[in-house]
Amino acid sequence: MKNSTQNPMENLMENRNAKSNAARRGFFKSSAGLASVVAFQLGLNSTGAWAVAGVPGANDGAAAKNPQRINPFIKISADNRITLVVGQSEMGQGISTGLAMVLADELGADWSTVGWEQAPNDLAFALPGGIQSTGGSGSQRRLMPLYRRGAASAREMLVAAAAKQWNVNAKLCRVENSFVLFGDKKSSFGALAEAAAKQPVPNEPPLKDRSAFNIIGTSPKRFDVPAKTNGSAEYGIDVKIPGMKIAMVARPPVFGAQVASFDATAAKKIKGVTNVVEIAAGVAVVADNTWAAMKGREQLNIKWKENAADKVSTASIREQFIAASKAPGIKVREVGNAAEVIGKSANIIEAVYETPYLAHATMEPMNCTAWVQMGVKTRGQAAAQEDRCDVWTGTQSPSISENSAVAASGLTKHQVHIHTKFLGGGFGRRSELDFVAEAVELSKQLNAPVKIIWTREDDMRHDFYRPMTYNVFKAALDDKGMPSAWAHRIVGSSILARRAPQNIKNGLDGSSTEGASTLPYDVPNFLCELATVNTHVPVGFWRSVGSSQNAFITEGFVDELAHLAKRDPFEYRRDLMAKHPRQRAVLELAAEKANWSKSAPVGRFRGIAFAECFGGFVAQVVEVSVNAGNLKVHKVVCAADVGLAVHPEIVKAQMQSAIVTGLDAARYGRITIENGAVVQSNFHDYPVSRIGDIPAIEVYLTGNDAAPGGVGEPGTPPLAPALCNAIFAATGKRIRSLPLSQVDLTKA
Amino acid sequence: MPITFQLNGKKQTLDVAPDMPLLWAIRDFVGLTGTKYGCGMALCGACTVQVNGEPVRACVTPVNSIAGKSVTTIEAMVETKVGKVVRDAWIEAQVPQCGYCQSGQIMSATALLVKNKKPTDSDIDSAMAGNICRCGTYNMIRGAIKDAAQKLA
Repeated sequence: MKNSTQNPMENLMENRNAKSNAARRGFFKSSAGLASVVAFQLGLNSTGAWAVAGVPGANDGAAAKNPQRINPFIKISADNRITLVVGQSEMGQGISTGLAMVLADELGADWSTVGWEQAPNDLAFALPGGIQSTGGSGSQRRLMPLYRRGAASAREMLVAAAAKQWNVNAKLCRVENSFVLFGDKKSSFGALAEAAAKQPVPNEPPLKDRSAFNIIGTSPKRFDVPAKTNGSAEYGIDVKIPGMKIAMVARPPVFGAQVASFDATAAKKIKGVTNVVEIAAGVAVVADNTWAAMKGREQLNIKWKENAADKVSTASIREQFIAASKAPGIKVREVGNAAEVIGKSANIIEAVYETPYLAHATMEPMNCTAWVQMGVKTRGQAAAQEDRCDVWTGTQSPSISENSAVAASGLTKHQVHIHTKFLGGGFGRRSELDFVAEAVELSKQLNAPVKIIWTREDDMRHDFYRPMTYNVFKAALDDKGMPSAWAHRIVGSSILARRAPQNIKNGLDGSSTEGASTLPYDVPNFLCELATVNTHVPVGFWRSVGSSQNAFITEGFVDELAHLAKRDPFEYRRDLMAKHPRQRAVLELAAEKANWSKSAPVGRFRGIAFAECFGGFVAQVVEVSVNAGNLKVHKVVCAADVGLAVHPEIVKAQMQSAIVTGLDAARYGRITIENGAVVQSNFHDYPVSRIGDIPAIEVYLTGNDAAPGGVGEPGTPPLAPALCNAIFAATGKRIRSLPLSQVDLTKA
Repeated sequence: MPITFQLNGKKQTLDVAPDMPLLWAIRDFVGLTGTKYGCGMALCGACTVQVNGEPVRACVTPVNSIAGKSVTTIEAMVETKVGKVVRDAWIEAQVPQCGYCQSGQIMSATALLVKNKKPTDSDIDSAMAGNICRCGTYNMIRGAIKDAAQKLA
């Protein structure tokens, strides 16, 4: 089975593992912590509430007032309202509701009386690798046990408090709907909370039997939706701190270029511009309002130093990749001897597949508010002073943000407070630290709170792009048409070289090869090689990471094999999956729901693909028509096995979302480089799907008892190959390079 | 020279640069942040507000061009009769994911439904074509608009 790449971000902080494990061991006991301190010292946010990223103005899911804290996950107020604290970042994937459901179910809470609160940076909420981070479709997959343990511990403490009060055996008490019961005695969690908080923390609290779940597996309304329908949801860009400045940064057109000199005379004449400051990222124009900062930045006259990358283009990078593809790469996985079999076979096929750089283009451009304060008075402690750094931003990783703020401020991690706001899209972009580092650096220079806002152009041109790749395939078919050998050489750039170099083993970046080095198909002779060519173009994690491009190329090539073998592409895959029943069941469900065995409507054609990504298994059938070169995508049928679906409707919504991401990329997505710089700048030259582009989408879950798999990303990889395989069925034209906007579909 | 206009039913006077886009005037100076910045070029629709009942992109609308006019933002739109029905439909269908585009989506949908009580799919396509959603909630948006239209009928 495929050994999915673990979230490589975790290992960014290897040196912190010891610390985080200590925190984990003692987390139920380490009360107070950052949360309460932060709440007291932060000051007010723009809505007048404490600046905790809850749901201001919403009726649903609001955190209770002045609750008793049982442990980092659970707070209970006297009126029996329960606040569930979630350390993962809410970027639309519904995790604030999903992990709250896990807590509520294990606690035995009445769902109608619970609310949700965003945790601060606190390793009590860390992934098993010791980092608090949201990515790799890992929240339920990797954190459900931690959250269940947190809630179970609180439940046992509530029961212990009740048993003590009633002088009965705690083991004979039971818990229902936020009450502890024994015989005819009954006490609410709210009434017990204060005493419960003083109970000893259980070492290994018993977990509920899965058959007793009554919230997990249902689909309650999401906490974050009301605030996202009336303008009250607070994103990073909405944060307002008294005395805050707004800044825009003039960034180098060529990645990594340095400022040679700049003239700020004209910029400083713009009304509202207060400072022009050079920082590591470029030249910051600081103003009293956003428009002044924008206008001021336009007036800057900057000379950039010449740079070795000034002549680099997508074409020159492609030439490098092609050259690298001529030599063997590092062997990622080898079974048998593919080269020998291909060399001797009469029935061989070769193909080259290419994928472009892609931007994330989150709806909310990057931004961050920071405030570095030296010698600020500590509330509640007369005469006490402290140095502190507060960061308000939509981040996928409070831990990475914290690290970044520590480095930029010179303060310690305990002096850094990360306030995670709603993310206006993440997709991997908000796992980066660049936007945090620059805001902290600038705040320290200004000695004032400052928000740096990126324009769409900044965001598009200073992203960490999905890597461009060049792929050479060779395969041989046996006399039954089944693949006897498969050889795949991947050429691309390494994400981990920058993000987590310690995770590169023997020169191999697993994020380049995931979704390609192991397939659910049995091929007796198999070789996957990787040649890494790093360039000055920064590459990063993009929704579904390596699988996003590798599914397109491998599932396209499998389709080519099926065609060469004159086999039905669904049946061909199904036969190759004989030893992989779970994958095969997903493929069969998609085919069944799409009526694969029956002809498509007249003029329409279908393609199928399967992919596994971050512990989720997804098959899709895409139905298209192509008339005079015009592509219309009519329908996508999606079957998914994500193990236990905590909230089935959120899972389906995530599949819908991931399918649209796949469509955006397959049809339109393309970042190109000229003279060392990104050519595209906004949605006119980096188009994405609009409502009229969207097909009917049906999502079916296999439903099973396996542990939770990934949800947010696995729906993206199969879309591009299923779509392109459908185009092949319609036109006879094999798509080996994306996006489709660059392909003439009129001729086969 | 201060500029005066109606904002969400109240008189609003702002003394700001006349070429400042309405978006930044209402976000930075009035403090209403439900209207979002997405592109600055009227390409994504995140900043959609209504001026005299018409949906406009606040990111390219200079504040001096709305002197004397009536501006409605998401905060007040969802308190109107049609806006409330639209918001309820959005919640019922659980439309938003990241939610950043949804103020603009709701503004465009409300403008559509005020004028067109029975929008067809192609009416929806054209009315909503200017609003990008990167989470791909488009099918839920379409469903919520149809649901709201039924409730308004």
